[in-house]
Amino acid sequence: MKVKMLSRNPDNYVRETKLDIQRVPRNYDPTLHPFEVPREYVRALNATKLERVFAKPFLASLDGHRDGVNCLAKHPKSLSTVLSGACDGEVKIWNLTKRKCVRTIQAHEGFVRGICTRFCGTSFFTVGDDKTVKQWRMDGPGCGEEEEPLHTILGKTVYTGIDHHWKDPAFATCGQQVDIWDEQRTNPICSMNWGFDSISSVKFNPIETYLLGSCASDRNIVLYDMRQATPLKKVILDMRTNTICWNPMEAFHFTAANEDYNLYTFDMRALDMPVMVHMDHVSAVLDVDYSPTGKEFVSASFDKSIRIFPVDKSRSREVYHTKRMQHVICVKWTSDSKYIMCGSDEMNIRLWKANASEKLGVLTSREKAANDYNQKLKEKFQYHPHVKRIARHRHLPKSIYSQIQEQRVMREARRRKEMNRRKHSKPGSVPIVSERKKHVVAVVK
Amino acid sequence: MNVTRNVVGLLALSQQEELVDLPNHYPLSTSEDEGDSDGERKCQKLLEAVSSLGGRNSWKLAERSEASLIMSEFNVTSEGSGEKLVLSDLLEPAATLSSLATVKKQLLRVKSKTLDIPLGKKEADQILREAAFSKTSQMLSKWDPIVLQNRQAEQLVFPMEKELPAVAPLEHVFTGWKTRTPLEQEVFNVLHKNKQPVTDPLLTPVEKASLKAMSLEEAKIHRAELQRTRALQSYYEARARREKKIKSKKYHKFIKKGKAKKTLKEFEQLLKDCPSAALQELGKMEEARAKERMTLKHQGSGKWAKSKAIMARYDLEARKAIQEQLAKNKELTQKLQVIPENEEEEEECTGGGVIPTSDGVKDLQVNAAGLNPWMLKSCNSSAQRGEIKTDPEQLASGSSESEGDERPVAEELLLKERSFQQRVEPNSAKPVGSQETEDSSGQEVSEPGLLFQKLHKEDHQSEQQKGSSVGTVLQSQREELAPEESLVFQKLERAHVLEEQGELGKEGHYQKEGHPRPMLKEEWKERNPHSIPDSSRRKKKKEQMIDLQNLLTARSPVKSLALPTVEELEDEVEIHHKQIIKEAFAGDDVIREFLKEKSEAVEANKSKDLDLTLPGWGEWVGVGLNPSAKKRRRFLVKAPESFPRKDKNLPNVIINEKRNIHAAAHQVQAVPHPFTHHQQFERTIQNPIGYTWNTQRAFQKLTVPKVSTKLGHLIKPLKAENVGSCSSSRSDLSVLQSSRKQLSRKQLKQLKKSSAH
Repeated sequence: MKVKMLSRNPDNYVRETKLDIQRVPRNYDPTLHPFEVPREYVRALNATKLERVFAKPFLASLDGHRDGVNCLAKHPKSLSTVLSGACDGEVKIWNLTKRKCVRTIQAHEGFVRGICTRFCGTSFFTVGDDKTVKQWRMDGPGCGEEEEPLHTILGKTVYTGIDHHWKDPAFATCGQQVDIWDEQRTNPICSMNWGFDSISSVKFNPIETYLLGSCASDRNIVLYDMRQATPLKKVILDMRTNTICWNPMEAFHFTAANEDYNLYTFDMRALDMPVMVHMDHVSAVLDVDYSPTGKEFVSASFDKSIRIFPVDKSRSREVYHTKRMQHVICVKWTSDSKYIMCGSDEMNIRLWKANASEKLGVLTSREKAANDYNQKLKEKFQYHPHVKRIARHRHLPKSIYSQIQEQRVMREARRRKEMNRRKHSKPGSVPIVSERKKHVVAVVK
Repeated sequence: MNVTRNVVGLLALSQQEELVDLPNHYPLSTSEDEGDSDGERKCQKLLEAVSSLGGRNSWKLAERSEASLIMSEFNVTSEGSGEKLVLSDLLEPAATLSSLATVKKQLLRVKSKTLDIPLGKKEADQILREAAFSKTSQMLSKWDPIVLQNRQAEQLVFPMEKELPAVAPLEHVFTGWKTRTPLEQEVFNVLHKNKQPVTDPLLTPVEKASLKAMSLEEAKIHRAELQRTRALQSYYEARARREKKIKSKKYHKFIKKGKAKKTLKEFEQLLKDCPSAALQELGKMEEARAKERMTLKHQGSGKWAKSKAIMARYDLEARKAIQEQLAKNKELTQKLQVIPENEEEEEECTGGGVIPTSDGVKDLQVNAAGLNPWMLKSCNSSAQRGEIKTDPEQLASGSSESEGDERPVAEELLLKERSFQQRVEPNSAKPVGSQETEDSSGQEVSEPGLLFQKLHKEDHQSEQQKGSSVGTVLQSQREELAPEESLVFQKLERAHVLEEQGELGKEGHYQKEGHPRPMLKEEWKERNPHSIPDSSRRKKKKEQMIDLQNLLTARSPVKSLALPTVEELEDEVEIHHKQIIKEAFAGDDVIREFLKEKSEAVEANKSKDLDLTLPGWGEWVGVGLNPSAKKRRRFLVKAPESFPRKDKNLPNVIINEKRNIHAAAHQVQAVPHPFTHHQQFERTIQNPIGYTWNTQRAFQKLTVPKVSTKLGHLIKPLKAENVGSCSSSRSDLSVLQSSRKQLSRKQLKQLKKSSAH
């Protein structure tokens, strides 16, 4: 007699190793899963909650400076090296993995106004209140040798900022005017000025390396072309711009940190209107730095907090603060786009995670997949009221919180007044000016 | 002023490059340039200046009184007087020199033209800046596509440039190697003795040499062979081409037959020689047969066959030809008999021979298979469609077939029917519909199509509730059809309804049992008087059934009740108001529409009875079989009595009772920003991305992060070198240094021109 029986191929249900996941046969027919959306919604809600639970961005505080930290610089080749200059003229080189100071140099008398590294990472430049530009070797002196700069340039005026060219042995300083120096010479190759006010910072464009941007205390931002040795255009804003930063992925975009609590992202080809106004700070913005991916930037403010903005959003995605952190003077986003450093008044450099709830270290592939899925879920359900509320929830110090409220009231009052004025005047005589246009005073050719 | 003009004019003529360094923004004055020699002169000048303060003629030309080594070119004057300096004055000393005659002529021909005053520093700078800015922004626009691409990218992977792992070439490793152990030494000795190369072509020099060498004779033979094959190939090709060009059918037939015979012979030979090869050959033949069968060559669908089929009634020869073809078809379609394993199967095979027919083969097959639903499904779509429409018809044709002698007629009928269907389908049965609407009143037809859809829906519901025997089967079959056809159905239905009942506008609910297709068929029957009586009888029966149902359900229950209640409530004032409104909206009946809407809402909110009968449990199922009434009664879950509606006594209001406050807290209130329509948003929400509802691959694709970075890798800014040729190949520094030197007046002039435009 022939016995008939079912037989299955064990390949279909037996896993190859015990490390594999058990195969779960599924029927993906959507009619069999009527609760897809509610289930995903619950998952998204949980993911959002967990994100807030695990949001612990603060990693470390590097202390050792004896005065406020005035400037920071990244090492172009090494992720773990950071340089900082303080208000007492001291420069420190830090090792981030060990969270220790590696080297200390008494570089200047008075403030260290600016610090920048050479593109190859072998040396760095500092400028100080003592009217000097100094070049230093990155690795310390040998045993018994004295700490001495490679070169020292004595200038006529105080330099307030410095930035190195991204490819060539040239650097730019600013003060009374913008000077471009060859590393080998003691005189600037060319100096460009337009107007007579002191320039507070100068930055080279990382992509089109011959372009520079500077901001002066007479409220303007000036762009220069180094090859043609001429300024290009000037835009005057409502208030003074403290510093600018170029987008490392988009050659013509830069962001300016302004005294009027806002940041302005400009397309340098059309300066008459910023591409985006980023508002959330409640005090002057002192520094800004782009993430190397060019998608976000971080800003440091006088209101004792740092905020992270997406480039295309006007509101910040994240705010970092601690009780002990005072006015944040400088901020940098590390080159692997994972961390943020900020130097503040109270002599500390703080290390933060760029994504507050991100798990550090190497992830297994399953962890990574789960993480990606959660991110996508949050993105998908971001408009749902509960998800939105939880995702937006942040604890703020009382001072910032109350100031936000206060400013909201002020803004509302201003808006109402303008509306009333419009209502009671001839139609068209009080035009509606968009927020983006409001802050640009003039563009000078 | 005169002098300065002249001087500038002169400069323009001479166009000397030295003048480039001249600060041209600067108004030239004689007094300033001249006075460098002695105090006496200064004194004189001062005197002059003082004297000129009073008088009107303040401008006096300076004159040269003594020879000096340093002569400025700027204070050349014409003698004494205030006349304009002319070029000819300057040429006077050269008049004697004959060698300069040509130059003189040229110079005389030149019209003296004065240059404009050079721009001030401010303006010049502005022009420079503007030019530089436009140039730079033009250069920057090359980044636009890249920026756009990066923004729209599904995923950006950083770092962007791949870091190639540094692999040292083998030679380098090799040279650095030092032998330590005796074994290594031995190996090295062996290698070096044979001069074994280390890198890629691992051949010793000897081997290489032997490879290279090939005797002359050998090469010649090789070449000759190649030539021969090429020639043969070309001959063969030419012949094939020639043969292909021959148009004679007879010739080709002859050739084909010859070939067939030959292959048969060969096959027989093979059968004798080696049976295994023959078996293979047999397989090939089977394949060829299958292919032939697939081509439908002998199916009678060709032009010739069709014409013959028409002629067959009258012409004996034509009939013969058709039969011949059919026989051929039969031969082809018959499966080659492979010796079966069991005897039983063999019996089955012989028993179940399929009768080959012309066009309706499939339909007949379906009929032969009986009412097996599986067979029904396996038919292709067109066949299925035909089936649906001609369900009773085919039964008739099947019966006629069994009789045998009328077969060709039946076939013909089928053929005709097929063609008729094809005619009807693509045109979406418009002509038929229009014909029928002519009969009915025009006003009702003008009602919007939406109404029909609603009515249609209701029909569905009512039918499903009833679970009627014939209708549901047809309905279910119909629902399987493609969505484009639904429109056709709707139209047909509409026509049908119009014809049958003639009063559409009044009633909201009518029960429709019949199907448009039988209706259509019926018409066709009427046109073709020589249809089979059996089928027509069935038809009539069906029609009767339909009529009965229609009569039963034609009364519209809801509307007739709802209207008077409303009217009773109205006061006279209200009536007046209503009159006004009615007058205002004379064309479109708003009130009725609203009432209809409300009744629909009420109907939709009513809880429905739940039918839990599962066909096939404890009884037979199939097409035409339905679960018994008893069973249905047993498994029917009655809907619970619902609360009275809030708007029961409010005739002018519809209150939505479905809204859930608890759920509303979780729902999005407005369409969020990037979406323009709520459907867009709903669609994104409804597509699940989780692994529970997607395959692994799809899940991975759906959850790809927008930006992915690598742990511990530096991300560098974009590089200008990769994009466009206009970006810097030279370093910015060198450009700057060179450009500093050559900012000439020419350039400035050009810039000015460009800015003026």
